[in-house]
Amino acid sequence: MGPSGPCAIDAAMAKVVFPDHLLQHTGGERELDVVAANFRELLAVLESKWPGTAEVFAKCAVAIDDQIYQDAFLEPLQPHSEVFFMQRIEGG
Amino acid sequence: MAEAVDYKVVGTRPIRPDGVDKVTGRAQYGADLNLPNMLYGKVLRSPHAHAKIKSVDVSKALAMDGVYAAVSGADFPTAAHGDIGGEGGGDVADVAKNVMARDKVLYHGHAVAAVAATSQSIADAALAAIDVEYDVLTPVLDVDEAMADDAPLLDENCFTANLPEKPDKPSNIAAVMQLARGNVEEGFEAADVIVEGDYNIPMAHQGYIEPHACTATINEAGQATVWCCTQGHFEFRSMTAKLLGMEIADLKFIASEIGGGFGGKTVVYLEPLAVLLSKQSGRPVKMMMTREDVFRATGPTSGTHCKVKVGAKKDGTLTAATAWLAYEAGAFAGAPMGPGAMCVFAPYELENFHIEAFDVLVNKPKVAAYRAPGAPQAAHAIEVALDDLARQLDMDPIDLRLKNAVSEGTQASYGPKFPRIGFKECLEAAKAHPNYTKPLPEGAGRGVAAGFWFNVGMQSSAEVHINENGSVIVVEGNPDIGGSRASMCIMAAETLGVEYDSVRALVGDTESTGFSNVTGGSRTTFATGMAVIEACEDIIAQCKARAAATWGVDEDQVEWEDGQAVPAPGVNADVKPLSLADIAASAHKTGGPLLGRASLNAQGAGASFAVNICDLQVDAETGKVDVLGFTAVQDAGRAIHPDYVEGQMQGGASQGLGWALNEEYIFDKNGVMENAGFLDYRIPVASDLPMIDCEIVEVPNPSHPYGVRGVGETPIVAPLAAAANAVRDATGVRVNDLPLSPPRLLDAIDSAE
Amino acid sequence: MSKVQVETRINGEGVEFLCEPQQTLLEVLRETLSRTGTKEGCATGDCGACSVLLDGRLVCSCLVLGVEAEGKEVTTIEGIAGNDGLHPIQQKFLERAALQCGICTPGLIVATKALLDKHKNPDEETIRYWLAGNLCRCTGYDKIIRAVQDAAEELAYEA
Ligand code: FES
Ligand code: FES
Repeated sequence: MGPSGPCAIDAAMAKVVFPDHLLQHTGGERELDVVAANFRELLAVLESKWPGTAEVFAKCAVAIDDQIYQDAFLEPLQPHSEVFFMQRIEGG
Repeated sequence: MAEAVDYKVVGTRPIRPDGVDKVTGRAQYGADLNLPNMLYGKVLRSPHAHAKIKSVDVSKALAMDGVYAAVSGADFPTAAHGDIGGEGGGDVADVAKNVMARDKVLYHGHAVAAVAATSQSIADAALAAIDVEYDVLTPVLDVDEAMADDAPLLDENCFTANLPEKPDKPSNIAAVMQLARGNVEEGFEAADVIVEGDYNIPMAHQGYIEPHACTATINEAGQATVWCCTQGHFEFRSMTAKLLGMEIADLKFIASEIGGGFGGKTVVYLEPLAVLLSKQSGRPVKMMMTREDVFRATGPTSGTHCKVKVGAKKDGTLTAATAWLAYEAGAFAGAPMGPGAMCVFAPYELENFHIEAFDVLVNKPKVAAYRAPGAPQAAHAIEVALDDLARQLDMDPIDLRLKNAVSEGTQASYGPKFPRIGFKECLEAAKAHPNYTKPLPEGAGRGVAAGFWFNVGMQSSAEVHINENGSVIVVEGNPDIGGSRASMCIMAAETLGVEYDSVRALVGDTESTGFSNVTGGSRTTFATGMAVIEACEDIIAQCKARAAATWGVDEDQVEWEDGQAVPAPGVNADVKPLSLADIAASAHKTGGPLLGRASLNAQGAGASFAVNICDLQVDAETGKVDVLGFTAVQDAGRAIHPDYVEGQMQGGASQGLGWALNEEYIFDKNGVMENAGFLDYRIPVASDLPMIDCEIVEVPNPSHPYGVRGVGETPIVAPLAAAANAVRDATGVRVNDLPLSPPRLLDAIDSAE
Repeated sequence: MSKVQVETRINGEGVEFLCEPQQTLLEVLRETLSRTGTKEGCATGDCGACSVLLDGRLVCSCLVLGVEAEGKEVTTIEGIAGNDGLHPIQQKFLERAALQCGICTPGLIVATKALLDKHKNPDEETIRYWLAGNLCRCTGYDKIIRAVQDAAEELAYEA
């Protein structure tokens, strides 16, 4: 049996980190703890917090628990997942 | 070096399936299609680097005998802003203006009009008959000049992006980017040694040997077919549709064989023009760039000005670093400064760093992707600085890098933690390589540098058809730029358990296979390979079902082993195994032809690291560099066809050495490129190079069934600094700017004396 | 523009064509005669993609006028393989993976043919200097040089 109650829910949030060039859209916030089951839900949370930003964030690449996704959408988030927004990577 | 895995086909070196056509001249490239009744299209290019277009009059050209179409900017729809797609393609409206100038020309060679005529000589005469009136403006030709407060503006509507607040006046700085962690001041205070450098690298070109070319034909219903050399025909289709306001389904793109791209054939130049000229003339139109056009008007890579500062403890531990990276975008926004910023410190563990990068407009051709776009310039700066640091610390340069190398779990400078990577393995392999300790001839020098590139996945589709005799056809959508058909055949043969020779691969056009992103980003063997593997697994599942039906057992009682269906262990069925050929032969009775398919957006591309060792000699009389030896060590994850992995490593080394030693865009004060030909823009020739020794390290990428990481781009990242560091070693003189051409080296050596 | 009539032999076959006086042999081969195996990389004599043999001599066909082919024997990449299959040079290019994109390959094979017709047993330096007029941007030349060495060995063995 693990711990239960509201504390556990708080602790089970994904940590989202924004790089400098996105701070203009987050009112300067670099980190945010979010409860979301997948990336789509995370985007919805961001959009409700900072209306009008969904498109900006959806266009970014994102690293979820060390794996880089150029087009994340339905990727699941675990409790304590780390989510880093990044510039999209191009190639030659 | 490879972890022992029992593969039958993966890792072998069979002859590529498209090889015979390519050694006999049969293979058809971009300029090789001649259609009945075809016209030749040609482009009129701006003689000015920066000017307002007052008027363009094509009427005299159009009136000439043998001229059937003439167009200028006014004939194109106005394109709305938006992402064009593709690799670093940029904004739709910008690409539209790059393809054909509207109110302004922004570089010497910018397209201002185009004609189609019955012969090339008539087309040339028609271009001469076009009247263009210009209002000439002052060109802005280098990145520092362009960033100055009072610089003339290329675009009055360009406001620097990514700033906390929208700036109140326009600027040539299209965008900025910052990455930071820790406390840089404290980090430098903790350092025992600090090195700093200021590095300039001019624009350089991808230098593919095949100039851009296409043939387009459009019918009365508005349905067009375009044959062209491209790294991605699906993306060319959508770009062309956007630029011409056409319905995607009315455009069919057929990718010819492609004579090199390196990122430069990921964006359209001629294709929309050819379609428009064909529409106006009612005839097929072929367009071919000259080499001069290629240099003047297609994507070079950014010229850069970079500044780097690094601090370290006596034992080599890095304590802090800063980077200031300014990238020329050319005429329109979109320099690869983001990847440059993300790559510059990526190979190293750093608690404290600050990185600033700039995307800067200048009156030069718009840059296009070039192999690991943005990374080589940034890597040159840090890897030269680290070499200086190693000298000051009296430390072996590989040991210095090993001391600070990232590994699985390290927080990368660009954000997340690294998954399984092979950087330390590459450093150790380089250190253990006999070439690293081999004695140097008198007066020669040895340089070391490391390189990193992310690699990407993206979308791919594949179908696998099983012929009635069990042979296999793989259909995919990525132009084969360096042996990818062979890799696809290998992965299909391995997965299905059949012979390599029984598999053929073909690159489908936009109407005969599913969407695939460009051949680029080192993604083809990784992502399209994954689609091919999945399509083969689809075939295997179907074969198991057919075998189960044949034997009257359940599907889960059948397994696939060595290319045949066998009863699962413990299943009591007295049956003979059924090979792919057996199942194919009776397919008409068990449900019809076998067709497997897969489409995906591949995630989990594996970062690829490289370490290069360069030996060279500098002629003190002439300043000419002779490369004596070059060793490329790289983590390929898994080499599907080692010959073509080595080929990527050797080709990247050669391009990187050319960039380091000779290649550069030279502009006069009016912004006219002075060396727009292979005679004066000198890429390496056979007598310039030694054999290039390769060591493939294999730290499998856990996200790919066979461990592939992608290998095409990383090879060009390290050679610039490896050569620069070798020159420092040979001459005792540090030259920060590239290229290390004879005049520059002579100057440096003379002033050091 | 009035055209000139030219009679020549291409890969052993008698061919007649009409061309403008300023048209290059390369343009005639590719655009008039649709022999597109010979490639254009520069049209200024700097890349070797257009290499052909003119009466057995290696030339850049972009520097030769179409009219200059009059009465001559032109050998292009399409004429290198015999009726009994690939020429050993072609076979070695395949075995050594000496091509990536392949656009330089026809020119390199023609140039190698000229080299090996003249030097039976060239050393690496001779090969590198002989092929210095044929640019390849993809391979770094390593595998090309090895293919030429293998072909030289095989041809010496056959002879
Ligand atoms: S096309 Fe003739 S040498 Fe380049
Ligand atoms: S193989 Fe591409 S230029 Fe040589």
